[in-house]
Amino acid sequence: MVGVVIVSHSQTLAEGVVELAKLMASDAKIVAAGGLEGGAPGTSFQKIYDAVEKVYSDDGVAILMDMGSAVMTTEMVIEAMEGRKILMLDGPIVEGGVVVALEASLGTPLEELQEKVEEARNTKKLDN
Amino acid sequence: MKATAAKIEEEKDFLTELDNEIADGDHGINMAKGFNAVVEKLDAMAGKDIGSILKTTGMTLVSTVGGSAGPLYGTAYMKAGAKLAGKNEMDGKDLVEAMEAGIGGIQMRGKATTGEKTMLDSLCPAYDALKAGIEAGEDLKDALTKAVKAAEDGVEYTKTIKATKGRASYIGDRSIGHQDPGATSALYILQVLLANL
Repeated sequence: MVGVVIVSHSQTLAEGVVELAKLMASDAKIVAAGGLEGGAPGTSFQKIYDAVEKVYSDDGVAILMDMGSAVMTTEMVIEAMEGRKILMLDGPIVEGGVVVALEASLGTPLEELQEKVEEARNTKKLDN
Repeated sequence: MKATAAKIEEEKDFLTELDNEIADGDHGINMAKGFNAVVEKLDAMAGKDIGSILKTTGMTLVSTVGGSAGPLYGTAYMKAGAKLAGKNEMDGKDLVEAMEAGIGGIQMRGKATTGEKTMLDSLCPAYDALKAGIEAGEDLKDALTKAVKAAEDGVEYTKTIKATKGRASYIGDRSIGHQDPGATSALYILQVLLANL
């Protein structure tokens, strides 16, 4: 099963996305990497690195990030873990996180997850 | 590095205030945290070559800063360090090469260019001035003095443009009139380098 990491500047937001995703996919391997050590806002190289390690398997890991340094720090973690099967997904972290956790728990491979996030991004909440 | 850390610490509140005006208000605090962590590692680095010291500086910034300045400055120092690997002294030409590699790292990591109200708006004109001076045969102090002047002009320039990269881009036109904190901290780093030649 593909592992999923949620990276956010906010520890509570990242944990909230994991909470929400687990409602839909209780057996998903999804973990939060939000905020700095100690919980202050920011993105932590070490927290992201440890989170990837925690859910890593041969099926790989998908990462959803919020903005700015969350993206750049995640890139640096992936570079530091060169050779591993890790993919950053581009999309909304709440809807994307729920969809990716669900798909991963159903056995969807890493390569197909970006497409699923795209669908989540394009799903309208209102009809107009 | 120690002087840079001292300068950043001194200007911490001002950088944070600048950042507060247009973004999330953490630049000064984050930079001070990062450079203070670098200072703590310096004693263990005594006797190492410039490349190793810059590389350690970059890795320390990445793991301690927590905001965009971490991966951006971190990548810059690591790339510059790779250029200066094995060197115990550097001349003007070395500095030009190191700065070129560092700026390349920032552009690659931030997918940014000049005119977007970022640290590149002070670093790129400074690099151009430094390179022109060194190539014209000026000594390092004269060339770097011109580079610092170009960086100061660059910081002024950031007041006139709107942010299209980074957190400040969320406020769009309302960022005009404000000085960019990243361009400002980059200026401080160059000023400290000049003062400690």
